[in-house]
Amino acid sequence: MSFNRGLKNFTTDFKVAHFLAWREIKRANIWTTILISFVMTLTFLNLIVVSGILVGLIQGSEEANKVKYTSDVIISTPKQKNYINRSNSLLQAIEATPEVQDYTARYLESVVVEAGYRERTNPTDLLDRSGGSLAGIDPQAEDSVTGLSKYLVEGLYLEPNDYDKILIGSDLLFKYNPVESPGFSLLKNVEAGSKVRLRIGDLVREVTIKGVLKAKVSGIDQRIFMNQSQVRQLIGRSDYNVDEIAIKLFDPKQADNVRDQLVRQGFAENAVIQTWLDAQPKFLKDIKLTFALIGNMIGTIGLVVASITIFIVIFVNAITRRRYIGIMKGIGISRRAIEFSYIAQSIFYAVLGMAVGSLIVFFLLKPYFDLHPIDFPFSDGILVAEPLGTLIRSVILFVATIIAGYVPARIVVKQNTLDAILGR
Amino acid sequence: MIKTEKLTKVYKSGATEIRAIDNIDLQVRKGEFLAITGKSGSGKSTLLYQLGMLDIPNHGTIHINDVDVLKLSDETRTKFRLKELGYVFQDYAILPSLSALENVMLPLLMQGESKSEAIRKATKALDRVGLGDRINNLPSQLSGGQQQRVSIARAIGHEPSIIFADEPTANLDSETSKAVLEAFLELHHEGQTIVMVTHEKDYAVLGDRIIELKDGKIIADNKPHHL
Ligand SMILES: Nc1ncnc2c1ncn2[C@@H]1O[C@H](COP(=O)(O)OP(=O)(O)O)[C@@H](O)[C@H]1O
Ligand SMILES: [Mg+2]
Repeated sequence: MSFNRGLKNFTTDFKVAHFLAWREIKRANIWTTILISFVMTLTFLNLIVVSGILVGLIQGSEEANKVKYTSDVIISTPKQKNYINRSNSLLQAIEATPEVQDYTARYLESVVVEAGYRERTNPTDLLDRSGGSLAGIDPQAEDSVTGLSKYLVEGLYLEPNDYDKILIGSDLLFKYNPVESPGFSLLKNVEAGSKVRLRIGDLVREVTIKGVLKAKVSGIDQRIFMNQSQVRQLIGRSDYNVDEIAIKLFDPKQADNVRDQLVRQGFAENAVIQTWLDAQPKFLKDIKLTFALIGNMIGTIGLVVASITIFIVIFVNAITRRRYIGIMKGIGISRRAIEFSYIAQSIFYAVLGMAVGSLIVFFLLKPYFDLHPIDFPFSDGILVAEPLGTLIRSVILFVATIIAGYVPARIVVKQNTLDAILGR
Repeated sequence: MIKTEKLTKVYKSGATEIRAIDNIDLQVRKGEFLAITGKSGSGKSTLLYQLGMLDIPNHGTIHINDVDVLKLSDETRTKFRLKELGYVFQDYAILPSLSALENVMLPLLMQGESKSEAIRKATKALDRVGLGDRINNLPSQLSGGQQQRVSIARAIGHEPSIIFADEPTANLDSETSKAVLEAFLELHHEGQTIVMVTHEKDYAVLGDRIIELKDGKIIADNKPHHL
């Protein structure tokens, strides 16, 4: 009985609040509405976009590393070994795994690239030289797993029967990476078509640069790619054991599963089997966390500013309507109904601001950054705005708005009715 | 209907105390049109605020419909006021963001009436004060007299037992004042209990009982001579 009456009072308060708030909003100055909603939109964007871009910088780099280098599962040589033992049975097992869409095997050897030896007039002149990693690949398999040919910035991609032809990563070329520091040398005046010398141990081989690669991923930009048949010859790998295998799956979500399958089959003995995520360098994860933290701090400040703004707006609104609030109380409108009506108004502004903000984020900024990533040296920054994270932030903003609307309304509503009516 | 005993309200301003109303014993019968007169500062408004439960006196008791209203809790007090009392303020005190109809609907909705019922009753009340054709106008689109009649419609819409009016014609020209007083008289003839404050003798005589205040005390309690 008493509960039902309480509920009825509550519903009535709610209905009256709705009645008041809606008309208040409808007849408010349009510019006031636009201004408040604009502030809410900016707060929302501040909350979503700042941390979204900071996280996106790292995520862009992570994603690039995955797409262009590790693919979904990456198998590499254990630290103390020279290559993956029993590569053949591992490759057969990969072949037989139904989840696997494609894979590419790489032979790796450290190499020194030398340039400028033809131009030098004095044999004692220092050569341009740069260290890198020589990767022997099957150009077609590599292209279908990592899309290597897409990262050419000069020249042409490798053909399966190319001989003495290489693709070189842009980090090795001064042209793309113009830094000079002691102990770190780069190849100058080298481009597609140039001849360079590869020095592998005592072996020296002159090759032609067929193309230059730039992918903002060290697994490409710091490597030299060559057909694997020739690399096997150069490094004397007659047993066909490879150093690295990148596996692309039909469903990337199966990465853990495929890794575990291979581990169960005993291949972990001779190889490091990791998902793309396992293989992620720790510093990237750390930076991502740090950036998320900074983003959240900036977002929190934005939230506080927005709360204060809403507080002031509602407070000024309530103060200037102090007399009308008094009249409402005087004619018997409950405090709660009046407070609700102010909360409803702030909710309206918050929801309007968040709706506009969401539209901007999901239909403008996110597609824009996906198409035109921010060009950072170490990654192509994208805007990370997960629906869930966005929802959580919206809820936080929403709650902050309710409090910021309620408190000033309550302060004004609490005042003496007669004083308010008479303006004392 | 209304019964006060030793009703006293003291205002303190600094060291001085003002007994705005002083030991008022007053009874108002059902259906009565009581006019309260007196010079400015005599305590008319103060008395009305106490009777209308907008303020709390320092001493004395007030019974309305046999309820000892000073003993009610805050919430019941608001409910009681909402149900039993209607107010007409000197400066209309209608809400600028609500149309005439919405202003009148508000107390009805607060009583838990459905929207359609509130619209029906509010329209009826506005009709009674002669504003049937202006129900959708905002206050800014209405003249002073029309706004005051909206305020009267709001006071009567929920059919309260008593209507209080504090100088309802003070801001109006004599022509418009007459229209507003007409509305009160008509309500009175239908049996509505009305307590109206006015300092104009001409208007006070419209009531069927006039009390005069001076320094917070009742100095005269008469029937108008001309009746
Ligand atoms: N809030 C107040 N504080 C102090 N004195 C007041 C207050 N309200 C009214 N008074 C004083 O109480 C007396 C009665 O005022 P009021 O009831 O407004 O008179 P009336 O309505 O007859 O003009 C006056 O002397 C007035 O100055
Ligand atoms: Mg007065």
